Amino acid sequence: MEKHIRLPLTQEDIGGLRAGDYVYLTGELYTARDAAHKRMAETLCAGGTLPFEIAGQTIYYMGPSPARQGHVIGSAGPTTASRMDKYTPRLLDLGMKGMVGKGRRSPEVIAAMRRNQAVYFAAVGGAGALLSKCIKKAETVAYEDLGTEAVRRLVVEEFPVIVVIDAEGTDLYGNLSG
Amino acid sequence: MIREISVKTLAEAVCELCIQANHFLSPDMRNALARAAGQETSPLASRILGQLEENLQIAAEESIPICQDTGMAVVFLKIGQDVHFFDGDLTEAVNDGVRRGYTEGFLRKSVVGDPLLRQNTGDNTPAILHCSIVPGNQVEITVAPKGFGSENMSRIFMLKPADGTEGVKEAIVQTVAEAGPNACPPLVVGVGIGGTFEKAALLAKEALTRETGAPSELPHVCALEAELLERINALQIGPAGLGGNATALAVHINTYATHIAGLPLAVNLCCHVNRHASRVL
Ligand code: SF4
Repeated sequence: MEKHIRLPLTQEDIGGLRAGDYVYLTGELYTARDAAHKRMAETLCAGGTLPFEIAGQTIYYMGPSPARQGHVIGSAGPTTASRMDKYTPRLLDLGMKGMVGKGRRSPEVIAAMRRNQAVYFAAVGGAGALLSKCIKKAETVAYEDLGTEAVRRLVVEEFPVIVVIDAEGTDLYGNLSG
Repeated sequence: MIREISVKTLAEAVCELCIQANHFLSPDMRNALARAAGQETSPLASRILGQLEENLQIAAEESIPICQDTGMAVVFLKIGQDVHFFDGDLTEAVNDGVRRGYTEGFLRKSVVGDPLLRQNTGDNTPAILHCSIVPGNQVEITVAPKGFGSENMSRIFMLKPADGTEGVKEAIVQTVAEAGPNACPPLVVGVGIGGTFEKAALLAKEALTRETGAPSELPHVCALEAELLERINALQIGPAGLGGNATALAVHINTYATHIAGLPLAVNLCCHVNRHASRVL
């Protein structure tokens, strides 16, 4: 099914999404990849608070190339999500509702997604120039020193993704490759 | 006759090739993608291949890198033995070219200086430099920026002679199956068979720079490439791992002599953004 959804995701949106749905997202996404996840995990372990309110939000696993003059952002496609698996259940338990990346997730992540009713979307890997056209705003909100790995708040319009794992834990990749 | 070449000329060429490779896929790769799109039967897979073609067009027209992972710069130099470099250090010149290419070309800086301490070097250096000495007085430069989504799913196997061709086939298909959606299919599968541990890996990496789909000159290897491509595409992993016929665009196998006790095998996966740009000085 093809759907158009506004971010942040509502519980109702999440309940209606099924693995295999083709979705266009509009609204706010936060970016974080390896180094930002590691830092967030360290902050939480030390009893600190995250640099943005993660409850209800969707994280895009992405580190862009630098923006040319007059562009909002450079190339901006997804990175492999499984590298974030180690940190993800904790973030889901804190209320994160959506993730955008590429590739498989661990059973622990899928269990945490079911427990917390969250969705994992895939964007097409290697289509960073195309995807950058759907990003209308980008600002760094934390960890600026990490360069491409900093946390950014993006505003996206009709950003194309596919539901790979829904809140019931149905995994599109699992269905395809056994 | 000894030919004098300034390392500054080399640095300039490396700089330009880094930018070129990250914005324009070579015609062989573009054709392979177009062929795959023509043969795809699943609607979702066709849609994704269409997006990849559109992505290439946007990248070229608007100077946006094809992929945000503009890779670690792998540089091959085939240096004619009658060439003499002057004006500085060769390795430094290559790194200088990478530094300038990645800075001036708005490419992502994806390199950490120490694998354990993990501090970004800020300019995508150092490059991975492979030099070989060949006859003549020319220098052939190939820049192949390598993304790590697919690099991470690559594998080395130290097979036994008794494993034979069957063992080789199994290991290659298994590597692609395990990579699944993570390596951004449709893939180009670079394979090195033989040599030593490191030689097999280098053969596999070099295989990725071959003109996409050009078969091996060895009849038994050419047959193996064709059979493996068919078996890999029968996995139906498809574009972006969402199902479909195009799991791989090509399988390129390079071989080398090896020891009586061994059968080294390296499988270097590359995504559909298989970048390589060359120039002869
Ligand atoms: S594997 Fe290739 S296409 Fe995928 S994100 Fe990395 S460089 Fe880009």
